[in-house]
Amino acid sequence: MTDELVQMISAATRELATEQGIEVPQSLDANTRLFGEGGLLDSMALVSLVIAVEQALEDKYSVAVALADEKALSQRSSPYRSIGTLAAYAAQELAARKAG
Amino acid sequence: MDHSVTLITGTRKGIGLHLAEHYLARGHRVIGCSRQPADLRHDRYRHFEVDVADEAGVKNLFAAVRKDYGRLDNLINNAGIASMNHSLLTPVETVRRVMDTNLTGAFLFAREAAKLMQKGKYGRIVNFTTVAVALNLEGEAAYVASKAAVEALTRVMARELATFGITVNAVGPVPIETDLIRAVPKDKIANLVARQAIKRLGTLPDVANVVDFFLQPDSGFVSGQVIYLGGV
Repeated sequence: MTDELVQMISAATRELATEQGIEVPQSLDANTRLFGEGGLLDSMALVSLVIAVEQALEDKYSVAVALADEKALSQRSSPYRSIGTLAAYAAQELAARKAG
Repeated sequence: MDHSVTLITGTRKGIGLHLAEHYLARGHRVIGCSRQPADLRHDRYRHFEVDVADEAGVKNLFAAVRKDYGRLDNLINNAGIASMNHSLLTPVETVRRVMDTNLTGAFLFAREAAKLMQKGKYGRIVNFTTVAVALNLEGEAAYVASKAAVEALTRVMARELATFGITVNAVGPVPIETDLIRAVPKDKIANLVARQAIKRLGTLPDVANVVDFFLQPDSGFVSGQVIYLGGV
């Protein structure tokens, strides 16, 4: 599941980078830093990425998942740090939605 | 013809219905909603039955818009309810209901609309306030408070969304012959009209004219503004 999400988020990051003229490395993976120290995105680009990922999740799994609510923002380690941390957070939220 | 995709809330009657017909006549593809079924039929019109304050319902509506239209150019946040009550006689349930529809509804639609608009770096959001805010009109405390909150939302979101090419403005009509004021005593309306610079009831085209201005592509440098009718 998480691998699939890493691919989805990598694709969304690449699309956003192309749209906004952001330079990104040739290959993106779970370790790619998104936000914060050494991250690719500024805060507005992060907002756009989170929206794009939420929409991609909705398209693929037909559930509305919030990746930017108070819960996400109050995590001890930020889910936005890297593609891997965002994928892990999305997987956790997807599982919670399916269970709920 | 203008093929913009325009979402209007509260299109079953009154100002919302008029605006839906107005933009359909201009070639827009119009998406409307109300809690109950609507009578409006047009090959470029699609209606959703949704309570504007119901987050899940609103998200479903936007998922359908994204899937079927792929974009959104304009949002007209028209749905609203009024409560004409002295504050001492207003049940808390009424306050919650007015806030839910007028503030939470406007917020939810603006948020979801902006998510769709930001990708295209273009969008126009028009909220509805009332001259009663500027006049601190007595007898409508909950309604006026909800619309004052909508004005604040308009100004803050204008700043937050500017970077995405989205403008957020509000129009504040004077009383117009719609269901919203039909229940209000005649003398109350006459008193309100007397406080306007231009002393007459508003008309539906008066409102559409201001919305037209906000929606124009040329109005891209106008955001966070509230325009009241009647010279208030």
